[in-house]
Amino acid sequence: MDQKTVKIEVNGVELQAQAGQMLMEVTDAADIYIPRFCYHEKLSIAANCRMCLVEVEDVHKPLPACATPVTDGMKVFTKSPAAISAQRATMEFLLINHPLDCPICDQGGECELQDLAMGYGRDISRYAEKKRSVQDQDLGPLVSTDMTRCIHCTRCVRFGQEIAGIQELGTMGRGEFMEISTYVKNSVDHELSGNIIDICPVGALNNKPYRYSARAWEMEQRATVAPHDCLGSSIYAHVLRGRVKRVVPRQNEQINETWISDRDRFSYEGIYSDDRLMQPMIRDGGEWRTSSWEAALEAAAAGLLEAAGGDAATHIGAWISPSATTEEAYLTARLMRHLGSNNVDHRLRTRDFSGQEYDPLFPSLGMDIAEVPSLEAALIVGSNLRKEVPLLAHRVRQAAVAGASINFLNLAIYEYLFPIAEYMVGSSADLPLQLARLLVAAGAELPKSARLLASAAASVDEDQQRTVASLAKADSGLVLLGQMARRHPQFGLIQLLASRLAAATGVRLGHLTEGGNSAGACLAGALPHRGAGGARLNDPGQTIADMIATPLRGLMMVGTEPERDCADAAGAVAAVESAEFVLALSPYFAGSLAQHADVVLPTGTFAETSGTLVNVEGRWQSFAAVAAPLGEARPAWKVLRVLGNLLELADCHYLTSEAIRDELASAAGQLESDNLLSAKASARADSQAETPAEDLDIPMYQVDAVVRRARSLQLTRDGRQARHGVTGRRETA
Amino acid sequence: MPSGTEQTILSDQVQAEIDRWIAKFPQGRQRSAVLAALHAVQHEHGGFVTPELMDAVANYLDLPAVQVYEIATFYTMIETRPVGRHSISVCTNISCMLRGSDEIVSHIESKLGIELGESTPDGKIYLKREEECLAACCGAPMMMVDHAYHEDLTPAKVDAILDALE
Repeated sequence: MDQKTVKIEVNGVELQAQAGQMLMEVTDAADIYIPRFCYHEKLSIAANCRMCLVEVEDVHKPLPACATPVTDGMKVFTKSPAAISAQRATMEFLLINHPLDCPICDQGGECELQDLAMGYGRDISRYAEKKRSVQDQDLGPLVSTDMTRCIHCTRCVRFGQEIAGIQELGTMGRGEFMEISTYVKNSVDHELSGNIIDICPVGALNNKPYRYSARAWEMEQRATVAPHDCLGSSIYAHVLRGRVKRVVPRQNEQINETWISDRDRFSYEGIYSDDRLMQPMIRDGGEWRTSSWEAALEAAAAGLLEAAGGDAATHIGAWISPSATTEEAYLTARLMRHLGSNNVDHRLRTRDFSGQEYDPLFPSLGMDIAEVPSLEAALIVGSNLRKEVPLLAHRVRQAAVAGASINFLNLAIYEYLFPIAEYMVGSSADLPLQLARLLVAAGAELPKSARLLASAAASVDEDQQRTVASLAKADSGLVLLGQMARRHPQFGLIQLLASRLAAATGVRLGHLTEGGNSAGACLAGALPHRGAGGARLNDPGQTIADMIATPLRGLMMVGTEPERDCADAAGAVAAVESAEFVLALSPYFAGSLAQHADVVLPTGTFAETSGTLVNVEGRWQSFAAVAAPLGEARPAWKVLRVLGNLLELADCHYLTSEAIRDELASAAGQLESDNLLSAKASARADSQAETPAEDLDIPMYQVDAVVRRARSLQLTRDGRQARHGVTGRRETA
Repeated sequence: MPSGTEQTILSDQVQAEIDRWIAKFPQGRQRSAVLAALHAVQHEHGGFVTPELMDAVANYLDLPAVQVYEIATFYTMIETRPVGRHSISVCTNISCMLRGSDEIVSHIESKLGIELGESTPDGKIYLKREEECLAACCGAPMMMVDHAYHEDLTPAKVDAILDALE
């Protein structure tokens, strides 16, 4: 396209623009507002609502600003009598069939149609004929419909085609009979489908769980960060009287653009689950009883001290959720180390720790999220990408659609809604061998740990050659290890081979990590072999696997549900059962903790605490509490601080979570992570028993305690399949 | 070869017809063949298409099914509900109207005992709801029966045409 700069004049103001830009882009950039419904900056141009008609000098009819390219010397009038008259006429037509049921519409008060009708509508309708009505659709548990309100802007249709990659909605019929519909009865199942609620400019598509539960103007909008995947999407919680009523995206081009995943949008329902713990609980001779905070904290401190014992051996350990805030992870690690134990781990779903000594400071994406769409080639290893990190899958899709060579090495075939160059699939036992073959194809030497694979790896096929060639050729390439690779019984070897492959082909190595804060947990020292800021420890403690294999006397759970959050669920429950003292900091009273813990302290969910999440880019994102804590629940950092005081932990007088963050940030805030492993890195190489892909793939709505309790998400197709033991896996290509 | 051809409920003839149309468009633009494909499927299936047939067309052309539904519901030439096997469209545009198409329509309605938009209970005849100008004004009033034009209609002529239908 011609990149010539042109000068145009809008309402008498001279503006510079690139030739070929649409008028709407130029006026938006200059803060000149032109009314619109169908135009959306992230979607293609449809020009079907006609609301953005403007007058252009020497053109004898009004032109739609969204679809009119600027030309040099163009004189535009957005508020001239001709423009206003065209806009008002458009509005009159749009309102002909609109029911004007604003008083009973959830969109009322935040409705683009309502707002523009204020500006451009008549106060009296001239239309006296019958209005049409349209039957509603059942689009599933997340999106409610009132199709009579639809003005046919087709934003939702274009969202499906262009962003989600699967068109679930379409425009059926024509003229007066046109309807937005799935035609056959079909729910909308894509993991980003909730975004059609936001882009719908009227009340046709709305938030089903939130339906009729609040009014837009009653709520407060509070910024926070979504904790369910490693991106840390920017969100707003809409809060009424201290309760989160809904979650919407907060535009952040660096992370989530204007979108959020359904998981981030609807997880808030889990905050208000029936099994929320409202008061501290102490087990008293086998019976649970509620307790005051003072007594419970004292019992917790005494229990930990007693379990820790007076001897040099370490008898206690802490399991920290990878979605716990950095402050929580840091204080828990400090507390454990104060009690003489390095048994601290947040890698609850990891199975292989043999290469941990060489692990990067924290596993990162190796690049900015916003850079992903400009990748030219990528090899994604062991990932059900769309379900693991939906919005990263969207970024990868952007790259694929732009022509990048996206290759997979996976344990099962998952459906991707973008062109894939090579899809290599094998059993879990095969994965290291296949990576070794790629390394051989790249002409690199196998690392010592992989020598056992040498003879088998020598036979390289064409798919592998092509994949490696596309990586080697790319100016911007990535080898990305997904969550399934991370949970693999030979993760160390996989990481080592992937690192060597990235080095040999001259691309970056990236990781997709568990939870919302794996990076923060690593930096906070929630690891058995490293302290805050990645400091090497002289006497490494036990990993989560060790703590399960040789049960400890005392265990501390921070936001963890052993039977759901650990790779070895049965072993984790057994370890909790056999421990003499178990302290749980948890929002919920359920499962093995309710059976086997000794003290359970009610802590706030992500919405009820302030804190910091460090995303997979290494971006520190601090947020304030957005909702009032339920019952007597308290932010976990405050609970940990008091516990620290009771256990005489020095310098533990933080008044705010920011003070904790700043203390850690001064040690770890400037550190950068290099994912490429050092030359001497090694990992366990003995072959492992076959692990079915289903065991490594955690269903999208089972990832953490809050999401598991989000009722509407559990009613979606993904939610139902997970509960009935079916994953999103397809049997054939 | 388009994807999804391994298992399809489309007949060999329909597939050949769709392939003939695909070949008329540049590679990768097989979407352009969708209307012709729907015509072929509808012709073979007794005058209407079903969601299953539309899904098969979508699969054959490698399109999202909803795009085929959009096209099938947009064009009045494609019927998306069961209709009689003979399709009758009486033109009611201006020239035919001036030449008495209203009487032709009411004659057919009373003869068949159905209204515009309905099919006879025996599934023989479908009277299309509203037909726009079929470009035979010189022979107004006119109607199209299946794909044949009949012009200068009178009630008697209509009777003869309808009675001759199998």
